[in-house]
Amino acid sequence: MREPEPGRLRVLIVDRTIDRSHALREALEREGYVVVTPSAEHFDLLRSVRELEPDVVIIDMDAPERDMLEDSRRIFEEQPRPIVMFVDESDGESIRAAVHAGVASYVVKGASAERVRPVLEVAIARFREFQALKTELAEARSSLAERKLIERAKGILMERRGCSEDDAYRALRHMAMSRNQRLIEVARNVIELAKLI
Amino acid sequence: MLLQGATIRSAAWAAAGEGLEKRKLRLGFVPLIDAAPLVIAKERGFFRRHGLEVTLSREVSWANVRDNLAAGVLDAAQMLAPMPLASTLGVGARAVPMLTALSLDLNGNAITVSADLYRRMREVDPAAVARRPVSAAALAQVIEEDRRAGRRPLVFAVVFPFSAHNYELRYWLATGGVDPERDVEMRIVPPSLMAEKLEEGSIDGYCVGEPWNEYAVYLGLGRTVATSYEIWNNSPEKVLGVTRGWAERHPATHRALIRALIDAARWIDRPENRLETVHLLAAESYVDAPVEAIVRALRGGARTPDADALMATGSSVFYRFAATFPWRSHAVWFVSQMLRWGQIERPLDVAALVDAVYRPDVYREAADELGVPAPLADMKREGEHDGPWLLDAATQPIAMGPDRFLDGRVFDPHDPSAYLAGFPIHAARVSFDELARCGS
Repeated sequence: MREPEPGRLRVLIVDRTIDRSHALREALEREGYVVVTPSAEHFDLLRSVRELEPDVVIIDMDAPERDMLEDSRRIFEEQPRPIVMFVDESDGESIRAAVHAGVASYVVKGASAERVRPVLEVAIARFREFQALKTELAEARSSLAERKLIERAKGILMERRGCSEDDAYRALRHMAMSRNQRLIEVARNVIELAKLI
Repeated sequence: MLLQGATIRSAAWAAAGEGLEKRKLRLGFVPLIDAAPLVIAKERGFFRRHGLEVTLSREVSWANVRDNLAAGVLDAAQMLAPMPLASTLGVGARAVPMLTALSLDLNGNAITVSADLYRRMREVDPAAVARRPVSAAALAQVIEEDRRAGRRPLVFAVVFPFSAHNYELRYWLATGGVDPERDVEMRIVPPSLMAEKLEEGSIDGYCVGEPWNEYAVYLGLGRTVATSYEIWNNSPEKVLGVTRGWAERHPATHRALIRALIDAARWIDRPENRLETVHLLAAESYVDAPVEAIVRALRGGARTPDADALMATGSSVFYRFAATFPWRSHAVWFVSQMLRWGQIERPLDVAALVDAVYRPDVYREAADELGVPAPLADMKREGEHDGPWLLDAATQPIAMGPDRFLDGRVFDPHDPSAYLAGFPIHAARVSFDELARCGS
């Protein structure tokens, strides 16, 4: 994710209610945000997120386009962005739902910029925390999975070559170094080969 | 006699309304043809008959349905069948355990391509396009032509990542040799915007529920190349979803809801009630499409001239063929497709997940209270029946429809990893061996 300049956060507004999005845009620009809007004829949210690189997306909770942000594998792996929900002031239940829905969604009531700013900031901060946690978890999980694979590869070598655990590990490392591969790739190869032979 | 029996029963339920944990319910629906059971249960008084006061809340996106259900704004909702599974697993969003004890319909989706893409497919492979369903092999040739000419990849849209639409479109593409991950771009587009996007050229094809295929054909924007029925005969489509917490706190209310919706489904499936269904759906903004498109969708429309034949096959089935029963084999198939296309990233105990989310046991209790037949088994092998068959393993024998897949494969719900290993085109992130070990 591109590091935003402080005070120059890029905001993508997805709202078909022209008056409301206009008012919000003006208010946010006065506050120093850079507001980007997708072009009307190619209303493709994924492309907008790719091309306009917003730091945060504000979307009308009543917009059917919301599902376009649901392609988690594309948006959240390729272009993770905090999403702020934009709901009518009167719609108390939807607000509760959006807040409840998780870290990547937040709520803006009405269009007044003074109230939008803290919500955007909190949404972005919470989103970053969540992303950091997710990355940490993913790393912990993959290193555990990798260790298991290396253990399996060692086991195969020990059985096939009748060697000690240390020797098996040294053999794996030697293969990795001579082939300029990561240890885990070598382990995978060994396991694959063992299935064939 | 039958009518009298029903009257006595409903009187008993009105009294039993006192025993319900909750009587005022808010149910979410998305403006599609298969919201029909919810709409009819409300408009024809089936909810009332079972002691419930229901408000229908029109939702604009599946994400809103899921979030409002998770937050308790909705008591229950019409959901895409794979959604309670995805939500319980926490793929695509925060994990919130959900479950379903009622299927809302079978069939009802179709794949439509733009008029321009259809013309190109017919040019390169007239034979493949003349067949029903049209084979994606014709599409593979168009894609190859585009690749050589350096043109942008074709874009296909579905309504939600966890939807039968997504898996049906991918199944059709892959059966014709098109890899949905490499050969085309896949997008999410809400149903009501599909036709508009097809017209503006930002997508080249889509898989969506009715009336949005009939609508595009009706306006001359596209051609329907395959129905979900043709991809998998009588395949599951929508379900009634609730959170696990809600189901635990409201068991009697849950069963009353299921009884009311089975009643409604039975009513809709009678041919003489289809016209009234159409008018009720078109009214009160339950579905935003011209009445003609809804009529054509419910009758089977332009795809075959013989509307009666299609009533028996391609259009939504709400009650016949045990359509309301939440088969665990359907759930295992959905999980297999989530695995096939890399939506699930870690090995899991498929049977344990499916048993928690799909609840035929709750359905049977409700069906028993209502006096309608229910299957005795939780699973069946899918893809074995080419024509009508009789399900004997039920409280009373049930006439079933065919359940054949496009490519003739048979799905054994007890062994999803063997099934998955048979597909040359996939994007799985979990090794099928590891998966098999997880279940044992």
